[in-house]
Amino acid sequence: MKKVYDNATEALDGLLHDGMFIAAGGFGLCGIPELLLAAIKEAGTKDLTFASNNAGIDEFGIGILLQTRQVKKMISSYVGENAEFMRQYLSGELELEFNPQGTLAERMRAGGCGIPGFYTKTGVGTQIAEGKEHKDFDGETYILERGIVADLSIVKAWKADDTGNLVFRKTARNFNPPAAMCGKVCVAEVEEIVPRGELDPDGIHLPGIYVHRLIQGDHEKRIEQRTVRKRETA
Amino acid sequence: MPWDRNQMAARAAEELEDGMYVNLGIGIPTLVANYVGDKDITLQSENGMLGMGPFPFEGEEDPDLINAGKQTITELNRTAYFDSATSFGMIRGGKIAAAILGAMEVAENGDLANWMIPGKLIKGMGGAMDLVAGVGRVIVVMDHANKRGESKVLRECTLPLTGTGVVDRIITNLGVLDVVEGGLKIVELAPEVTEQELRDLTDATLVD
Repeated sequence: MKKVYDNATEALDGLLHDGMFIAAGGFGLCGIPELLLAAIKEAGTKDLTFASNNAGIDEFGIGILLQTRQVKKMISSYVGENAEFMRQYLSGELELEFNPQGTLAERMRAGGCGIPGFYTKTGVGTQIAEGKEHKDFDGETYILERGIVADLSIVKAWKADDTGNLVFRKTARNFNPPAAMCGKVCVAEVEEIVPRGELDPDGIHLPGIYVHRLIQGDHEKRIEQRTVRKRETA
Repeated sequence: MPWDRNQMAARAAEELEDGMYVNLGIGIPTLVANYVGDKDITLQSENGMLGMGPFPFEGEEDPDLINAGKQTITELNRTAYFDSATSFGMIRGGKIAAAILGAMEVAENGDLANWMIPGKLIKGMGGAMDLVAGVGRVIVVMDHANKRGESKVLRECTLPLTGTGVVDRIITNLGVLDVVEGGLKIVELAPEVTEQELRDLTDATLVD
């Protein structure tokens, strides 16, 4: 089966429809599927629900789809860096479901692993727990959280082979593996597709079984907060 | 003299012991890393890293290497990377010995509020709810009072909670308090801060 496509638009062909649910990898602007997001903007698909830890910034990441009003709802843990997001949320144009970060990651992982729900201590006694089933195990209270199954997953990796085996780089791995796992279809964008046999089978971070379509492309990889230290002079 | 930000961070660093895996929150807690000295501490960053190093030298920033505050950082020769589900697996699973976090309010029963001011600030809880629910020990570092001079050390939190009964120790500019049966216990006072000064700025019940 051919998984490699020429570009993001072709890789998404036939997969997009209004009102769909998309899981996206990335943390802040690190390891986000920037080429696929740009192609979704281009496609004009509307009323999207995104499960994504963050919503990008105004002009990068999921932020570009907020500007074009393509997003109906976000499921996120932190949205602090996005003025347009705030504006749409406060005016009621955008729905927002806050999930604790670990709960969101586990919801994706579980959904991809055939686990429809799990109990967690996270959020017990807070507004996150309101309306959720509570259950005691060994004297401690837990709440029931649901696994996520998305219509489509979009992720970004460092390297791949043509079978979709993925290798990530440093902290750009973040939400990408769990996001990839929870989609009915997963499209990955990578910096380099290498010939079969070049990736160490022991070093594959996400096996190709989770990846259905694949593109190679140039990534801007924007830095959100550039922090440096001074060189000590000897 | 009450402690300043760096002195609070230095005091918080005294809480850390050799061999600990620790998660530091944003703000003053980040400064704690500057004061661990020779102790063998492994810092966790919840976006998927154990063994967090200092900020990079100028020109060596790597967009693929950031901390949970989205700042560019570096790796160490002990560093390990993993995905977000694994990261919160170790947090929720109690493998992280301690978290040092900032706060908007702490209550005498250990309730913590540090993620939301209704109608004012919507940013999200990030990983804070998972951290306080899962790590071994939660140490809060914050100013004793807010900018209007009102106590942040309360009988009951007024803001939406991050966790209930989760805080073990509070380090403020005025001193150190422990959450114990019946209220808070003064463990230590900052230099030249009197017990009365601390009591005057504390809304919570203080017990001996």
